[in-house]
Amino acid sequence: MTLWSQALEIARVDLQVERRLGDTARIILPFAVVALLVFPLAMGARLAEIRAIGPAVFWSLGILFGMQVALRQSATDSSTRRDVYALIGLDPVARLLGRAMSGGVLLTGFLLVLFLAMVVLYGPELASGSWWVLVVSSLLFAIGLTQLSTLAGEVTAGLRNRAGMASLIIAPLSIPLVIGASQALAAIPGGTGILPWILLMVATDMAMAVVGIGLARPLEEASR
Amino acid sequence: MLRDIDLELAPGSVLGLVGPNGSGKTTLLRLLATLLEPDQGKATILGGRSGTEEVYRARPGIGLIGHTPSLIPELTLEENIEHMARLGGHQPLRGRQALSVVGLEEVMTRRADASSHGMLRRAEVALLLLRRCRLVLLDEATTGLDAEAAGLVGALVERTRESDGGVVMVSHDRSRLDGCDSILTLSEGTVEVSP
Repeated sequence: MTLWSQALEIARVDLQVERRLGDTARIILPFAVVALLVFPLAMGARLAEIRAIGPAVFWSLGILFGMQVALRQSATDSSTRRDVYALIGLDPVARLLGRAMSGGVLLTGFLLVLFLAMVVLYGPELASGSWWVLVVSSLLFAIGLTQLSTLAGEVTAGLRNRAGMASLIIAPLSIPLVIGASQALAAIPGGTGILPWILLMVATDMAMAVVGIGLARPLEEASR
Repeated sequence: MLRDIDLELAPGSVLGLVGPNGSGKTTLLRLLATLLEPDQGKATILGGRSGTEEVYRARPGIGLIGHTPSLIPELTLEENIEHMARLGGHQPLRGRQALSVVGLEEVMTRRADASSHGMLRRAEVALLLLRRCRLVLLDEATTGLDAEAAGLVGALVERTRESDGGVVMVSHDRSRLDGCDSILTLSEGTVEVSP
């Protein structure tokens, strides 16, 4: 079986398990929408300010709750399953790629729904072209964050406080993604170029991919 | 933990490992499974030397049934074995056939987290039947199983032996290792050959 077929199989089963567990759709997403609701309630009737902060709140919550999506239960293998995967001949790079694929699909969907909720709750003034920038930014953001989270999950595999430790690794390293995604959307009304911000995210994603491919095997072996 | 161990497993032989809790049985089994590397000395498993990339190529020939089940709880037994079959490059249909062989045909649509310990063990035996491993490592594999399920583990051992593969069985109870060609007793990380 090729590396890509193994990666697709891992991604397929991840999504199947997630559909049954429902962590993203039934727990993380509703909480993220509730968090979106808190800001306008706290600010009262200052509509202009609420409209202005909408995208910033969206990306802040995107990274916070996105980490939960990326570190969801269905993306965690028990130590015995990791052993069986190794013995069955699963390439660690394929496992990493598969996890990144399933996480990318879930996170992109999560961000798009969260953005719709932000538009409804905050009523921001979105310039024309915002939607395609949002889709591209969300996709690049999701790819980068899931790669980073998958790597952080591997580094912290087997630790008792895995989720907390992984979040501490993810938060600082995801700053280029947050800056790129938020600035790309903010750049549209001002007429300034969005390309540098898109390229920043592309470069971050590629760097994560290179690090992931290089470290997949050593991290798996070290996790035992 | 393990010291001064010099061990060679001939094709077609079954080795038993016995010893009290904490004597190093599982550690030795994990070394044989290439999941651990020795701090000192060498281990060559199915031609793959420890510490080299050769072990990655040897791994698909090694089957391990450990203490705890490796199945994904949210998937059915059938989905679990099909998943493993696909990853190992086998036809998913062969996975279902292997489940039938171990007597799980009627319950293969049951989720793993709703299955009994015996069913999970049978499913793991089915996976090893599917993979046709050259080295089978069984860590307390018959503990908690009824006679029929324990017989399936015995059949797996015999099939591996007949196809010139090697089997290592671990137990803290010597009576479970009756069919072994030789038995090693581990005590505080050292080994002695038993009659």
